[in-house]
Amino acid sequence: MRNELTVLAVAFGYLALLFVIAAWGDRRAEQGRSIIGSPTIYALSIAVYCTAWTFYGSVGRAAESGPSFLLIYLGPTLAMLLAPFVTRKMVRIAAAQRITSIADFISARYGKSAGLGALVALIALIGITPYIALQLKAITLSYAVLVDYPLAAGERLDSAPFWADKSLWVALVLAVFIILFGTRHLDASERHEGMVAAIAFESLVKLAGFLAVGVFTVFVLYRSPAELFARVAETPALTDILGLSAVPGGALGWVGTLVLAFLAFLGLPRQFQVMVVENVDERHITRAAWLFPLYLLAINLFVIPIALAGLLGDTGGDPDSVVLTLPLAAGAEGLPLLVFIGGMSAATGMMIVETIALSTMVSNQLVMPLLLRSRRLSRGGQGALAGWVLGVRRLAILAILLLGYGYHALVGDAYSLVTIGLVSFAAAAQFTPALLIGLYWRGANRLGAGLGLAGGFTVWAWTLLIPGFAQSGWLDAGFLAHGPFGIDWLRPYAMFGLEGWDIYTHSLLWSLVANVGLLVGVSLFTRQSPLEQTQAALFTEALHPRLDQASLHHGQTPRGELRALLDRYLGAATSARVFAGEPEQGADQPAPAALVARAERALAGALGSASARVLIDSVVRGEALDLPALLSILDTTSETLEMNRRLEQKSRELERIGSELRQANTRLRELDRLKDEFVAMVSHELRTPLTSIRAFAEILRDHHDLPDDKREHFLEVVVRESQRLSRLIEEMLDLARLESGRLTLHPERLDLAALARHGIEAVQHPQQEHGIVLDVAIEVDEAPVIGDPDRLEQVIINLLDNAGKFADATTPRVRLTLARHKRHYRLAVEDNGPGIAEEERERVFEKFHQIQRPDDAAQRGRPRGSGLGLPISRGIVAHLGGRLWVEDAPTLGGACLVMELPEAPHAAA
Amino acid sequence: MTKVLVVDDEPNIVLSLEFLMQEAGFEVMTAEDGETALARVADEPPDLVLLDISLPGIGGFDVLERLRADPALARLPIIMLTAHGREVEREKGLALGADDYVTKPFSTRTLVDKVKALLDEGER
Repeated sequence: MRNELTVLAVAFGYLALLFVIAAWGDRRAEQGRSIIGSPTIYALSIAVYCTAWTFYGSVGRAAESGPSFLLIYLGPTLAMLLAPFVTRKMVRIAAAQRITSIADFISARYGKSAGLGALVALIALIGITPYIALQLKAITLSYAVLVDYPLAAGERLDSAPFWADKSLWVALVLAVFIILFGTRHLDASERHEGMVAAIAFESLVKLAGFLAVGVFTVFVLYRSPAELFARVAETPALTDILGLSAVPGGALGWVGTLVLAFLAFLGLPRQFQVMVVENVDERHITRAAWLFPLYLLAINLFVIPIALAGLLGDTGGDPDSVVLTLPLAAGAEGLPLLVFIGGMSAATGMMIVETIALSTMVSNQLVMPLLLRSRRLSRGGQGALAGWVLGVRRLAILAILLLGYGYHALVGDAYSLVTIGLVSFAAAAQFTPALLIGLYWRGANRLGAGLGLAGGFTVWAWTLLIPGFAQSGWLDAGFLAHGPFGIDWLRPYAMFGLEGWDIYTHSLLWSLVANVGLLVGVSLFTRQSPLEQTQAALFTEALHPRLDQASLHHGQTPRGELRALLDRYLGAATSARVFAGEPEQGADQPAPAALVARAERALAGALGSASARVLIDSVVRGEALDLPALLSILDTTSETLEMNRRLEQKSRELERIGSELRQANTRLRELDRLKDEFVAMVSHELRTPLTSIRAFAEILRDHHDLPDDKREHFLEVVVRESQRLSRLIEEMLDLARLESGRLTLHPERLDLAALARHGIEAVQHPQQEHGIVLDVAIEVDEAPVIGDPDRLEQVIINLLDNAGKFADATTPRVRLTLARHKRHYRLAVEDNGPGIAEEERERVFEKFHQIQRPDDAAQRGRPRGSGLGLPISRGIVAHLGGRLWVEDAPTLGGACLVMELPEAPHAAA
Repeated sequence: MTKVLVVDDEPNIVLSLEFLMQEAGFEVMTAEDGETALARVADEPPDLVLLDISLPGIGGFDVLERLRADPALARLPIIMLTAHGREVEREKGLALGADDYVTKPFSTRTLVDKVKALLDEGER
């Protein structure tokens, strides 16, 4: 028995501390020195996920069904892994569209539909109220345990008059707190910095409280984990709890619970509030993606040891309050109070955020759209409506908390904490399909989302909510066993004859089948309105925005009316901020589209996107956003884009043509230069023999008294140089024909081996005179190729001549080989000369290229080449489909010229 | 005896020039490339040089420049021979200090006259 006054004083003292923190946070935000601009605070605020249900209920669930409670935390862990993609996209959209809640988000995605927003708000209100009740129940229960232990433990709460019920007072105090810190600004999309700071602080408190019990249990009560588990091992009944078999519904139940937690984490209004609406900086998501799962790990670390200790030492109480009864039974002094505060922080944190989220939905999605229809109201004076909005929201806060209290007072006792939590989870999970599918599938439409939500919600209500009432004794439970009106396949826990599943997995399966099935099915077969199409595009393309919303406004909006509208709904100060920077013009002047868009966003921040759309439409003259108008705007835009694209293409083309012309010009100049060079070279090559001929002819003319031998020598020179001149002219003509493609070849099937022998005969005699040793290695009997025999022989002789010229001066050697190589024949002529340097090997095939020899003196007396033989040879070989190149001589060590020709096909029989 | 150096890489042209100069009464030295030509001049300075422009290795213009760079040879008469009939080469040769310029194929009489004229001029 503890002093009730002490406990109350501590509890209210704690709430007062929250007030201080929240006030400080708001003060700093107003001064522009935010205290929540940190990814750690962001991650801690997400930990509002851990409620009294975690704090007390996890141990309860572990005591009943082993480690399955972890699934409730694995689901969010998975969701957080996706947060850098999914949540970031939502944060972007929420910031751009001034989203105030998940109902607003879904409404905005599906064409700013007021009906859809109202539906989401209604489902949230019905689905989440039990969850709020659960928190109140936890506070009341823990208070009773703390004050009356061991008397009250295990007892039902008595039916004391409501004014004596502590949970009512907790609800009222919280209502004041939330009204103070949750409705400071009219703009619900503005951040509640004080509240976020208080929530982050609460997350630390509950973690500390829970870890304290854990450490106390494992290290004080049992001195070490080993001792605790040794004790457990002695009790066979307990070891089963550690196994995986204890999960209701078996393996299917595991998957069901995991999916449920995953979907609920994304669909719970309070998680959307802290993760999306209150997000200050999308970069914070990255740290939260691992820090929040780490928090979950820490808070679950001692759940099993505490549960086991609770089962071992009979503390005499409900498993949901073991966390509290364990230290109480051990007679600890301060610890139970710390645990109580921890539990209270978990409960109040959830209630604060959830109530703010719900009240925003109720005011913006349920009440305001109705009020806007009342003509009397909309004629109110300046700022009059701003007051209304805040008033509605404050009333909603009070109403939601009282609703929670009512549920707690009437139904609450029938369920364990876990049960209530899971029922709410299943309701919140219904939002996730419309949310996620709408984020990635542009085709999802309003009708599909609405029917999906309604269908999923109906199934949820039938399979979880109504049976819950029945089990509490508010309804006749007969339909549970036999179905409504005796219709067997509609039994709430065994729809369509599906039996043996745990009720949550069962409900989740059928509600998701209805929800996703309707959403996808109806979307596939119905059309979207233009506004829906626009919003769907803006949402799905949020990370790569292409359309500017401002350009989609159409029609004339007089500035004066727009100004009046903002004055009425947002007050003069906010209205002035929206108009700031706009040049002063007459009230009848049309407002620019960007200003209209800004005004709509400002209204959306206060009233939600659907109401904002209705209000803007009321001042737009002419057809606002009808289909043809929208399409024509889009067309104009795409036409302009198309025109720009074409112009760009044209200019690129011109640029390309210009650069091609420049290149062609450069090439022509290069060709011109090459032609000049060629002419100069030809002239040089022709003049050289001509010079000798003329000189000796003149000498013979002027000197009649020459000795006979000299005369004959000179005449011989004239004859040889004349031959050289004709050969040169012949070669140049060949080359010209080769280059112009007019060289006439007479290809026929021939034997390259025979041709090679022929060529050797032709050069053998003169080469022997110069002492050149010629080796021949023809390794094939026959080498059938297609070629012009005269031209090919010319090539072979040219190769042999060249080799002879460049062979070693003292012991000249030349070697010809002919061999088959794959489907070709290779004729190689090598010498034992100095060889040809790598970089010279292609240049020898250039016209008039003369290879310089170091010992040029050795060349004296041998006829010089024209520098055209190799280019012509290469041309001929190429014409016959072969190749000619230079490589290292394999046996003689000098240069080696290789001619390769394809094998001729077998002669037709 | 007056010495003439004939520099050309075409053996038959060297042969013809050698004969013509001998017939004109000069002693003849020959070289078939620029390096040999420079070596010959260093060994035994000639009285006149017939210098082909396109030579293997050190080209005719380079030989001309090097000869003119030596003050002792500054007044050595040099006739350039070329198979390229381009005006720019003629200009370049004269600018570099050649005394005359003969295009191949040349008239033997004219060439011999030019050689004699240059040698006479030098004696005076």
